[in-house]
Amino acid sequence: MSETDAPLLAVEGLTTHYVSARGTRVTRAVEDVSFTLGDGETLGIVGESGSGKTTLALSLLRLLPPAARTIAGAIRFEGENLLTKSEAELRHIRGKRMAMILQDPMASLNPLFTIGDQVGEPLRVHEGVSRRGAWERARELLGAVRISAPDARVRNYPHELSGGMRQRIVGAIAISCGPRLLIADEPTTSLDVTIQAQYLSLLRELQRAQGLALIFITHNLGIVARMCDKVAVMYGGRIVESGPVRRIFGAPAHPYTRALIESIPKLGDSNGRLTAIDGQPPDPAALPGGCAFHPRCPARLERCAVDRPHDTAVGDEHRTACWLHG
Amino acid sequence: MNASRAAVLAFPGRLASFRREGWPMVPITILAVLALLAIFADVIAPHDPQVGLLGERFRPPAWQQGGSTAHLLGTDHVGRDVLSRLIFGARVSMVVGFTAVIFAGVVGTVLGILAGYLGGWVDQVIMRVTDAWLALPALTFAIFLAAIVGPSEMNIVIILGLVYWTRYARVVRGEVLSLKERDYVRLAIVAGCSKRTIMRRHILPNVVNSAIVLATLMLGVVIVTEAALSFLGVGVPPPKPAWGLMLADGKKGLMAGYWWLTVLPGVCIMLMVLSANLIGDWLRVKLDPQLRQL
Repeated sequence: MSETDAPLLAVEGLTTHYVSARGTRVTRAVEDVSFTLGDGETLGIVGESGSGKTTLALSLLRLLPPAARTIAGAIRFEGENLLTKSEAELRHIRGKRMAMILQDPMASLNPLFTIGDQVGEPLRVHEGVSRRGAWERARELLGAVRISAPDARVRNYPHELSGGMRQRIVGAIAISCGPRLLIADEPTTSLDVTIQAQYLSLLRELQRAQGLALIFITHNLGIVARMCDKVAVMYGGRIVESGPVRRIFGAPAHPYTRALIESIPKLGDSNGRLTAIDGQPPDPAALPGGCAFHPRCPARLERCAVDRPHDTAVGDEHRTACWLHG
Repeated sequence: MNASRAAVLAFPGRLASFRREGWPMVPITILAVLALLAIFADVIAPHDPQVGLLGERFRPPAWQQGGSTAHLLGTDHVGRDVLSRLIFGARVSMVVGFTAVIFAGVVGTVLGILAGYLGGWVDQVIMRVTDAWLALPALTFAIFLAAIVGPSEMNIVIILGLVYWTRYARVVRGEVLSLKERDYVRLAIVAGCSKRTIMRRHILPNVVNSAIVLATLMLGVVIVTEAALSFLGVGVPPPKPAWGLMLADGKKGLMAGYWWLTVLPGVCIMLMVLSANLIGDWLRVKLDPQLRQL
């Protein structure tokens, strides 16, 4: 696609705030976030509820609710800054080169249209394919997402299908125009475990077949370990640690990442108790000063409450924001 | 109007079964008969509805003593044939009722979708106008408008449309507000659809159900309002045979025992409104793909 070696997606210093109606309360949902993603790579974004994962995803697509403002940074997608694009220009990018899968497959499909119509919709919008042609392509796409009897399914309505099938169909819609980047916001949360596993391997397969870059937003570290090449751990709106998945799981640098990994329940653990992180996730409207994690951090230093740690390299492509490494 | 809905709910067995399976034959038949009467009124009606013979005043229906087969449903206070007037009255009610409901429905639905989906100042302007409009009592407002523009069928349609569009706007906007937060609308935005495409493909089809159900209910309201306006003398101008007008003319004779002058047009109004509501109920089920299979 690009003539240089520029990555598919480069996010630099992205900052998105929610501002209350009178402008008095500012919630720093995403603060100074930077990362890059190359063709065909998978980035996992993990963090607790309220850490800014979803706001980050919506910022990338410029789909923020009215109260939210992206006030700084740049999103370079295929070399172009999305933050300076008009709504009309964005429409040509969304769906065609960038697609999204949401959490709830029940709510992601319009109950009034057949599967064929909905899978074909992006094709009709972007490529001007006729209704008949779109149905034809929809059949192929349903086959690509492993739905049996696609000829019959295109004629079904969403309520006639199971949750797992619907989520596959949402996947089929997402890949219908052959996007370069797919953002998946907790796509498996509402599926049961066996279906989850199937769906994840399907996503993997589609990714390989289409050379798709994937941003996978989740709070499930197990899925990250299985799916992703790179991980970014978010806390209080910032990326506190990022790096290749092996490094993050093998040698976590940030105390928060370490605590997250330790709190994964393990089979056959003789201890029998779950390790939890002390305290509550911070209120994003009132983040603690210094390092946002310091009130809960087992390894905090005195300066952690005062100065915010800088992003430092601790290994090959492995960065963290923590004074232990500063 | 509400009573007729309650009646349907009160007899679940039989009525429910003909509502669910296939077509609601009874109301469709009634409306079809009324429609045919309206269309072919000139051919079917035995007499001129607007000209009477004073010598034939207050003839009772044919089956009562003093009635004759020349006037099957009797004659009114100026000797006009009641049956002929009812048949021509169907034309007035049908034309006025349907066009007014469609007019109000289109205006209200479009404004409701724009207000709900676009939000912001568009929403503010449309909804404040709607609120102010709804604050006016419908019938008084209609009488006021009718007094200004003068009575004619065309004016009645416009007046009823102007009075009742706000109901659609309110209902539709509420639906749109909940629809636009659905994931499939967000995914449509992600898929690159324009606002117009989303409103047309994802919002409109999902509110059309509510609008149609509301329209069938409004059909009753509109017909009754038209009758009321005619009854009050600001509706369809006499001697045109509107059912409301016939009621008004006949009320003086009610105490004197000339029951057919009021009961018969009343029954016609009731049948039409009831049928419209029943069909509306059936349509609501029929148009919903999830209920369609039940």
